[in-house]
Amino acid sequence: MPASEHLPLSVRVSGLVNCFGPQVVHDGLDMDVRRGEVFGIVGGSGSGKSVLLRSILGLQRPKAGSVEIDGRDLTALHGAELRQVKRGYGVTFQHGALFSALTVAQNIQLPILETCTLPADVLDGLADLKVRLVGLPSEAGAKFPSQLSGGMVKRAALARALALDPPLLFLDEPTAGLDPIAAAGFDELLLFLQRTLRLTVVMVTHDLDTIYRTCNRVGVIVDRRMITGTIEEIESHDHPWIREYFHGARGRVVRRT
Amino acid sequence: MLIESRLVDGVRQLVVGGDWVAAASAELAVAVAGCEVSGERVCLDGSGLGALDLTGAWFLRRLEGRFAAAGIACDWRAARPAALTFTYTLFEADGSAPPLPLAPRATANGPLGLVGRWTVSRGGDAHDALEFLGRIYYVLGGAFLRPSRLRGNSVIRHVYETGLQAVPIVALIAFLISVIVAYIGAQELRQFGGDIFVVDLVTVSVLRELGVLLTAIIVAGRSGSAFAAEIGVMRLNEEVDALRAIGLNIVEVLVVPRVLGLIIALPLLTVLADAMGLAGGAVLSWLLLDIPFNQFLSRMQDAMAPTTFWAGLLKAPVFAFVIAMVGTFRGIQVRDSSRELGRLTTVAVVESIFLVLFVDAVFAIVYWEFDF
Repeated sequence: MPASEHLPLSVRVSGLVNCFGPQVVHDGLDMDVRRGEVFGIVGGSGSGKSVLLRSILGLQRPKAGSVEIDGRDLTALHGAELRQVKRGYGVTFQHGALFSALTVAQNIQLPILETCTLPADVLDGLADLKVRLVGLPSEAGAKFPSQLSGGMVKRAALARALALDPPLLFLDEPTAGLDPIAAAGFDELLLFLQRTLRLTVVMVTHDLDTIYRTCNRVGVIVDRRMITGTIEEIESHDHPWIREYFHGARGRVVRRT
Repeated sequence: MLIESRLVDGVRQLVVGGDWVAAASAELAVAVAGCEVSGERVCLDGSGLGALDLTGAWFLRRLEGRFAAAGIACDWRAARPAALTFTYTLFEADGSAPPLPLAPRATANGPLGLVGRWTVSRGGDAHDALEFLGRIYYVLGGAFLRPSRLRGNSVIRHVYETGLQAVPIVALIAFLISVIVAYIGAQELRQFGGDIFVVDLVTVSVLRELGVLLTAIIVAGRSGSAFAAEIGVMRLNEEVDALRAIGLNIVEVLVVPRVLGLIIALPLLTVLADAMGLAGGAVLSWLLLDIPFNQFLSRMQDAMAPTTFWAGLLKAPVFAFVIAMVGTFRGIQVRDSSRELGRLTTVAVVESIFLVLFVDAVFAIVYWEFDF
């Protein structure tokens, strides 16, 4: 997409090095995400997708390299400044990671309450807004995470990630464990929200359907580095793993549709 | 200024301006709630709006809602902001009314209702506990026919974790408590010139009561909580369901090895606590009362009835059974949330300590009746 090349950068990872003991996970990995695009991170199991996401989110200090969000280097920030940057993005985790002791509405209100104090009716209204935003019925707000189905958990997690209306969203395997119809529904919801709220989305995913439906650009982690491009560019890349991924049995089925 | 009110040609105009974003929620809530609602028509002007996100749009909608509720016509000078229109589609898509607080379920309150609910929940608990006890006996009974069902490796692991690893703390506490008992006893008995009876005091109290009771309380805190937490997390991770689905009896796999492990470990720990307690008494008698070790030993043997040691040790397996059963029972009750896990772990420790003391009292009465 040539038009997007002029857009400002939202996330920039450069020269990232991560290792656990002798095992090197990333060795000089670079990644650029522009504002307003949906960026998919792809890679084999154990290639370090989750470690990359954790490094970006500041859950893990990389050995070397820098992570910038809107031009601010997260690895150099501390305390209040870091908290401020963290409020600028929402995150969903692979298994939802909803707080099991709180209702869905309370899960959504938790990040809001961390930033300001609001009267109870306003809080309830805001939670209800987010519950409806992700396509859940209004009654779901009063339910506990254990009472939700897998698809509803993913949506509720998205609602919590959107609690503070962040412009940037990180999703870890958003459609993993969903049936194809629920996954397609989630993809549609994501695209709809991304367009209406002008979100930048970075997602780790294994789901080829999701990649074809939602992503503008894809980054593939191979050989401890990242190869980035539009789907067409990546499809025609000649790295063996990428060829197998996009042109293997499952890839062919998805491409045909 | 988020909302500015002015009169233009007799029509009230509300000019909304500034950034209506999530970060300003607190100010927005105050501004919207404080906005005066009066007149017949109101004209909203959003031309001065800076950033507007979904939270801000929700507050605009709330502002409109306040006028609508008072029957005041409310329109926009220019087009409605897009984000606001979006919230309308969100709320009107399913045709349902805006947020209604969920009505709390009708429950009988007041003292009578409280007692009733407490009784019902206790009754259910007692029923479940009895059923649980039955299941344990069932598995133990079956094990007589097929000893392989006892899972020796698992039992040994629990003997190691609840017994061997508790040796330092049990030894230290038994030693120190006995030193304290001997010290206080020495202070009192010295007034009557009965220094030597400190030996009797230490021997009888440690062997009959303190050794086993302290050990049981330490183990209840250490292992009772561990049982409840470990099984509770397994429940939250659906590991317990996985065991069931494979066709395993969870009482056999999770509960009985812990019960047997503790029944083996607690008497051994009690013997250790007895020995350390007597050692503590001997050391203090020597340092404070100048009673040499050999005199302590002979006096100790005089003070002991043949049953003194066994009166304490006999209680250990019973305490062990109570602690292990309560811990595993509460662990299996965990469901749905991390808060439940914490609550039930606490309940497990509190209940097992209470039950240990209760059973100890029963033992005291029985021993008294049988002159044991």
